[in-house]
Amino acid sequence: MPADPLTPLLDRKLVFVTGKGGTGKTTVASALALLASSRGKRVLICEVDGKGELAGYYEAPPTAFKEKEVQPGLFAMTMDTEASLREYLKLQLRIPIVGRIGPVAKAFDFLAAAAPGVREILTVGKLCFEVRDNGWDMVVVDAPATGHIVGQLAAPQAVNGLVKVGLIRTQTDWMLEMLSDPATTGLLAVCTPEEMPVTETMELAVRVRSETTVQLAGVVVNRVLPELFGRQEEAVFDALTGPGPLAVLDGLVDGDAAPVLEAARLAVTMRRTRATHLERLRAGIDPSVPLLYLPYLFTRAHGLRTTRQVAESLGEELGY
Amino acid sequence: MAVRSPRKGPTDADAPAAPTMDSLLATKEIVVACGPGGVGKTTTAAASALMAAVNHGSKVLVLTVDPAKRLANALGLDGIGNAEHRVPASAFAAAGLKPRGELWAAMLDTKESWDSLIRHHAPDSQTRDEILANPLYQNISGRFIQSHDYIAMERLYEIHLSAEYDLIVVDTPPTRNALDFLDAPDRMADFFSSRLLRWLIVPYRSKLVNVATRPFYQISDRILGTEFMSDIAEFFILFQTMYDGFVERSKAVGRLLSDRRTTFVVVSTLEATPLREAEFFAEQLTARKLHLGAIVLNKVLPDYLQGRAGTKVAEAMKDRAEDLAAELAPVVGAGAPALGDPEQIARVLTEVADSYLNFQVVALREMEERATLAVAPDVLATVPFFDTDIYDLSGLLRLGEQIWA
Repeated sequence: MPADPLTPLLDRKLVFVTGKGGTGKTTVASALALLASSRGKRVLICEVDGKGELAGYYEAPPTAFKEKEVQPGLFAMTMDTEASLREYLKLQLRIPIVGRIGPVAKAFDFLAAAAPGVREILTVGKLCFEVRDNGWDMVVVDAPATGHIVGQLAAPQAVNGLVKVGLIRTQTDWMLEMLSDPATTGLLAVCTPEEMPVTETMELAVRVRSETTVQLAGVVVNRVLPELFGRQEEAVFDALTGPGPLAVLDGLVDGDAAPVLEAARLAVTMRRTRATHLERLRAGIDPSVPLLYLPYLFTRAHGLRTTRQVAESLGEELGY
Repeated sequence: MAVRSPRKGPTDADAPAAPTMDSLLATKEIVVACGPGGVGKTTTAAASALMAAVNHGSKVLVLTVDPAKRLANALGLDGIGNAEHRVPASAFAAAGLKPRGELWAAMLDTKESWDSLIRHHAPDSQTRDEILANPLYQNISGRFIQSHDYIAMERLYEIHLSAEYDLIVVDTPPTRNALDFLDAPDRMADFFSSRLLRWLIVPYRSKLVNVATRPFYQISDRILGTEFMSDIAEFFILFQTMYDGFVERSKAVGRLLSDRRTTFVVVSTLEATPLREAEFFAEQLTARKLHLGAIVLNKVLPDYLQGRAGTKVAEAMKDRAEDLAAELAPVVGAGAPALGDPEQIARVLTEVADSYLNFQVVALREMEERATLAVAPDVLATVPFFDTDIYDLSGLLRLGEQIWA
């Protein structure tokens, strides 16, 4: 029996973007948020695990816990679990923290270290709260890398398992409900067509299914190299690199053409090696999960221009 | 205290005085490979250990955290878990190698390492069993990633104490922040000697809450529930029996990292984001008086992409594709007439030229990044882009030779 079609990515209200280090997770998250806002949505993007790099993707000044508009209709913030705790105490529990921050910070550090999951729950809690109460059309999360995301998304269950009563318990119940609803929440995994990123993504898909209630809404395959030649063209290329044609070509261009041909050879081999990993990914991921392909960008500079280019490619992949 | 190695490695009349990867691996006892995620840290650690085992008559261990399946296969690590395991002679023979030393490998299993640490430090078997069964302990040791940082360094220390190896090369876990594992021993020590910890435990033992701590408990109880708070307290009361051992131990781990026999190899690519992170990390190492032995730059595009002569050729190929194709057609089609279609040749020439110019943009950017590198390690190694994956010892050796060179 075919499963129900997945809710389209841009129709979800809370999208976590994860990926192995170096695969372009932040690039994809910032492009997704830009794409959604360019389609008229009011969007919040939150950097959870960041080192303050997100702002650079929009050429904006550094982001903070309090969101700031970085593009029309697009707001950015940086997660700060301590600020989140204070906000939570104040808004949800009506316990205002007055006076110096020192003792709170200390107590918080202690609690976070002592009770695993506290930090995670404050992060997820803040994000769920933004979705529920602050009227965003979409909240995009530049989430922790693949190795850490499951712990983050599973935190409400973990805390539910440990904490039987108390205010935290009532809070985790509604968070779990929101995270478990595939029409609202989804996880987007970013990888590149290379050995480790593909393996990690496949492992992630399994763990997300078994250990969390969040649905995998899609896999972005980033940095896909262009196909240079068809079969016949490759035969022509091979013939060109033979000593006879190469010597003629050298004479015609009045220079050494070998390095130029060598570079094409490298590009072809790179693409071929990557193709095997791509096949592995296709075979290993549930066919109902859409794969979105983004081209290798030959600029690699991070900035608004790159973000916009990626957003356009992503829009095309999503059929806009 | 063992003999301290000279900082610059051995020198004699025949050898160059400048330090190399070779001299670094020949003189240090611990090499810590670190850097941002996705740059080939694990492979670099394995390749370095292999080179040392092959070329120096030493017994070398590589401690990996999360190797790719085929790398694990190459090292014979599949299903080995936490145990140290000698890479079999057959694997070397298959690669046509006769190592002068021995290569051992082990994988880090966080949960297993935590359990063995508890077994080691628990004062009696009852406490041990109670801790191992405690739900909070299981969460700390299994689910929450921060504990990886500490346990990796702890395991390194344990292996070091076994005095079994001439050289230990350790791969570091993917951390949120490349510095986390450096701070982990200190953090662990701070945590267990924390005054707040005692605050927390005392009232649950004595039922005596003083004026200063009451608000803390009231808030905690309200948020987390009394039951959970007493779970936490029980966990720490159990753990307290091991405080001294833990604090002592984590301090010793910290000392080992700053020992002169230990060096750090920072691994990166020349992409802007990881490189900035690697650079920051290298600066921090120096600021902490830790030894920055080398920076290894992986996946660097070949030099021939940078040539301006190549640019001219590529531009000519692109601009005059049709003319060139007309002249080339008879030569290309000489053996196989089907290949002599000028239109097709022109398309191939254009594709080839475009591809070169595209990759050149990236190669030039990489060169610029490298030129602006603000830190100066003893050794700066550049490893070219490998067009295939590494799946056996000979592949690993090929990589090692590049690092070595």
